[in-house]
Amino acid sequence: MNRLAVLAGVGVLLLLLLPVVAPGIGSWGGADGAGMAAVQDHHPEYEPWFETVWTPPSGEIESVLFSLQAAIGGGIIGYVLRAYKET
Amino acid sequence: MHIAEGFLPPLWAVAWTLFAAPFVAYGTYRVTTWVRKSPERMAMLALAGAFMFVLSAMKLPSVTGSTSHPTGTGIAVVMFGPGVTAVLSTVVLLYQSLLLAHGGITTLGANVASMGIIGPAIGWLGYRAVRGPTSVVTGTFVATVLANVTTYLVTATQLGIAFPAGKGISGMIAAAGNFAAIFAVTQLPIAIIEGLLAAAMIKQLLAVKPAVTAKLGVAT
Repeated sequence: MNRLAVLAGVGVLLLLLLPVVAPGIGSWGGADGAGMAAVQDHHPEYEPWFETVWTPPSGEIESVLFSLQAAIGGGIIGYVLRAYKET
Repeated sequence: MHIAEGFLPPLWAVAWTLFAAPFVAYGTYRVTTWVRKSPERMAMLALAGAFMFVLSAMKLPSVTGSTSHPTGTGIAVVMFGPGVTAVLSTVVLLYQSLLLAHGGITTLGANVASMGIIGPAIGWLGYRAVRGPTSVVTGTFVATVLANVTTYLVTATQLGIAFPAGKGISGMIAAAGNFAAIFAVTQLPIAIIEGLLAAAMIKQLLAVKPAVTAKLGVAT
C-alpha cells in the first residue's frame, strides 16, 4: 500500500459518498443523458434513427451488468498483480 | 462520454466509423505481433484492459448532481501507445453498447474516436512532454487527466458538428461549447481522481514487475 493508492482510494470514496450525504444531487442521471437531452432541446425535430439492440430489462439488471464489468476488471487486476509478485 | 445509440445522423456515424477503423486495424496488428513475440505480454495487456473495464464501470456522481465516468485509458496509452489503446477501448465500448445500452453500434466509431484514439493520443503526447523532468508516476497522472478531458472535449465537438447552434462553422463552435459546458463540470473532478488512480496503479505495477520498468525505459 503506498500513499498514492490511499489518496486515490479516499478520493473515489468521497465522490461516491457525495450523493449519500447530500441528498437531492444523487439522481444518477448522467452527463451522457444531459448531453442527449440538450440535443433534443435544441433540435426537437431530430429523431434518433437507430434503436439500442438490447436494453437491460430493468435498472437493477443494468446495475448487475455494470458490477459484472467492474468485477471482471477487478479480478484480472488482482490476479495479474499477484502473479507478478510471485514470479 | 458516450454518444447514445442513434444520436448521430447517419452521415456523421459513417464518417467517424471510417475515421476510427484504420486506427483499430493498426492497433489489432500491433497487438497480435507484439503478443506473438512473447505470450507472457498478454498479462500486461489484460491488466491495462481490466483497468479500463473497472474505471469505465464507475459511474461517479459529481458536483452538478449528474454522473459521469472515467475512461481508464491512461494506463494503456502510457504502457502501449495509442494504437493498442484504440483496440482495448473498442472492446470496452462494445461491452457497454451491447449489454448496458450505453453508447451504441451506430455511434461506436465516434465513441472509439474520442475515448480510444484522440483522447489517448493527446494523453500520450502529454506523457512524452513531461517525462523528461518528471517520474513515470507523475507522467501517468498527466497523461490520464489529459486523455480524460480531451475525450469529453472531442465528444462535445462531435455533437457540435452534427447539431450546430447556427449557420456555418461559428454555429458548430457555439454548439460544441454548449456541450462542453455540460460535460466539463462533472468531468474535471473525475479526471483528477482518475489520474490519481492510474498513477497509483502504475506505481504498484513498477514495484512488483521490474519488466515494466524496463519497458517504460526508467530506473524508478
